[in-house]
Amino acid sequence: MESGGDIPEVPGRPDERDRPRVGVDEWVASVEERREQRGGFAAIGRRIDAVVPPWARLLIFTAAAATLPLWMDTGDLFVYGIFTLIYILLGLGLNVIVGYAGLLDLGYVALFGFGAYFYAILSSEHFGIHWPSAVSVPIVVLSTAALGLVLGVPSRRLLGDYLAIVTLFFGQAFVVFVNAANPRGLTGGPNGIADIDPNDLLGYELITRRQQYWFILAIVVLILIGLHFLSESRTGRAWRALREDPLAAEAMSMPVNRLKLMAFAFGAGIAGLTGCLFAAVLTAVTSGNFALPILITIYAVVILGGIGSLTGVVIGAVVINVSFQFLAPENPQNNARLLFYGTIVLLLLMAVRPLWRLAVVFGGVLVFGFVAHEVASRIDESWTAGAVVEGGRVAGVVADWVIIPAGHDRFADIAYIALIVLVLTLTRVRGWWRTLLTIPTVYLSAVVWETSFVEQPAVARWILFGALLVFLMTVRPQGLLGTPRVEIV
Amino acid sequence: MAEQGHLLELRDLTKTFGGLTVADRLNLYVDEGEIVSLIGPNGAGKTTVFNLVSGLYQPDSGQILFEGRDVVGLPPHKITQLGIARTFQTLRLFLNMTVKENVMAAAYGHTRSTVVESIFRLPRARREEREISALADEKLAFFGQRLTGYRHNQQAYNLSYANRRRLEIARAMATNPKLLLLDEPAAGMNPAETAELTELIGRLRDEGGYTVFVIEHDMHVVEGISDRVVALDHGVKIAEGSFDTVATNDRVIEAYLGLQGAA
Repeated sequence: MESGGDIPEVPGRPDERDRPRVGVDEWVASVEERREQRGGFAAIGRRIDAVVPPWARLLIFTAAAATLPLWMDTGDLFVYGIFTLIYILLGLGLNVIVGYAGLLDLGYVALFGFGAYFYAILSSEHFGIHWPSAVSVPIVVLSTAALGLVLGVPSRRLLGDYLAIVTLFFGQAFVVFVNAANPRGLTGGPNGIADIDPNDLLGYELITRRQQYWFILAIVVLILIGLHFLSESRTGRAWRALREDPLAAEAMSMPVNRLKLMAFAFGAGIAGLTGCLFAAVLTAVTSGNFALPILITIYAVVILGGIGSLTGVVIGAVVINVSFQFLAPENPQNNARLLFYGTIVLLLLMAVRPLWRLAVVFGGVLVFGFVAHEVASRIDESWTAGAVVEGGRVAGVVADWVIIPAGHDRFADIAYIALIVLVLTLTRVRGWWRTLLTIPTVYLSAVVWETSFVEQPAVARWILFGALLVFLMTVRPQGLLGTPRVEIV
Repeated sequence: MAEQGHLLELRDLTKTFGGLTVADRLNLYVDEGEIVSLIGPNGAGKTTVFNLVSGLYQPDSGQILFEGRDVVGLPPHKITQLGIARTFQTLRLFLNMTVKENVMAAAYGHTRSTVVESIFRLPRARREEREISALADEKLAFFGQRLTGYRHNQQAYNLSYANRRRLEIARAMATNPKLLLLDEPAAGMNPAETAELTELIGRLRDEGGYTVFVIEHDMHVVEGISDRVVALDHGVKIAEGSFDTVATNDRVIEAYLGLQGAA
């Protein structure tokens, strides 16, 4: 029905040229175009979204991922390949609940855990039940979806922070239940359940890492396709509408409460399926696998990728898991060390301007270090007698530069407190003072790193990982592929 | 007493918030094919009437009959599915969805494909998708060049204020209603846009076949479109009739301007 051609255009004002065209349709509409023309890092995600159609993105991802086992050794395939796929699946499930329907569910990881434990009970040595995957997996997926439905019931009444608290309670209760309650040895208590059967394809057991990887990859691809279609259907649109404005959605003929429960159940089903795969691949589950840090990591996957974007979840999972495994304690400290010094150099490059001031800081830090090291060793040999934790080329340079006393526990604590004081002072001063003060601050952070964190790789991993997340999210609050969200204009 | 003629009829509708009576034994009706305007000073209870009719508020007592059926107590989405769609005075678009998605989303109530059908793109899901897409194009085309073309794929937050109002109307139309409740559709529009809107409301009835019940402050709009005008003050109906009758009514003038303003 093209009947609008006869409507006259809004007449332009005679003084139009002299005024900013605020409020004029064309001006407002051009905002998006101008934003698209903006270059740089911020535009990359938008370009990918606009230029590469979804099926091509899927093809690229599938092709790249499928060749991974051909050149990666088994151990790497496990931590980099399979774990990334698991995170993708978890992110996709959470994306339905948080990204589409906008329901802040902090009990999500418990659904993942429920799926894993339930599969472990149905297919392991634990009770001697060995149901084939074709039976146990559908049962687990459906029961997890049902549990998700139950968990979603408070969302009929609660939204936002309130829903988050109630669901968080559920998540914590699950861990306690599995660990402490352990009725009739159901969950194995703190020991968890071991000797879980691998998944099988109609009787053919998937034992090697390659088989498992390709199997999970196939599932990821199928779910990506399904979710893409679902997202572009009446249900997907209704979910997003309810995220944007539940009241308007209700007034526009959408049964909001039912849609919320559907989102919860659907996301839970995916979490349950992931649990089955995870338990089968790991062959053992304990409650620690489903605790708060995992929840935070899944949220990081979804938020980092850009909430509501399927491509975003995939990219987010790759970035998060790869950087997290890169910092693993089993890896030599040089990874973490490299990242630490790299981050400091990057921060300085970004924060200190102009160039000559940057040169002063870099030079100052180096000179300051060698001088301080020399002075300290002249005063007392033992002040610099501590050994540098081995790892990478940087360690050799660090030995003559950073002060590491022989027994340095107390020293490390003092240095840590001094660093905090210095950083706080740094925020209060301006100009030259700031530049000068940056030099000891950077040096002291290196000292603290070498005397405390490097020796506790597990702690350092989380701290660096957290710092990385803070950094990435500050640079791109909407996620790598997300569009900037607008609440009210 | 149940006249089948009225499309919408409110009988003795009462709503209080604490001690404040915002609708006081209100009786009014809208006939099929009419354009009825609801006017009154700020706080008179106009939007409350819309909220009651669309099911967002529950009345304390009274009946709301739509096509002879009492809709009190039904959830809002059911009422919309029966054929009453509304727009919001405060603009409640789905801002982070595209213009076309906003309209397509509102077709939820009269589509049926299940989640499974959508995931596997079974025939019914595909057919409904095509239908909804065509429906959205048709409803957006109602606004001429304003909402067509490249704007379909723009996020709704990119729209100007006037276009947001138009999109709200398009979205309400996509629920396939018989009765459109428009809550201050001309608010925030410039004179040219207001004139365009006045024409549009006429076309909504003549070409779209909708019955229109509209809250409006702009008396030029009210005069231009209304078959009948109902005036409210403090939740009470103070006048009803043609625009000229209501506009010259002493109680209406008093409500708007105070006693001294009667001159």
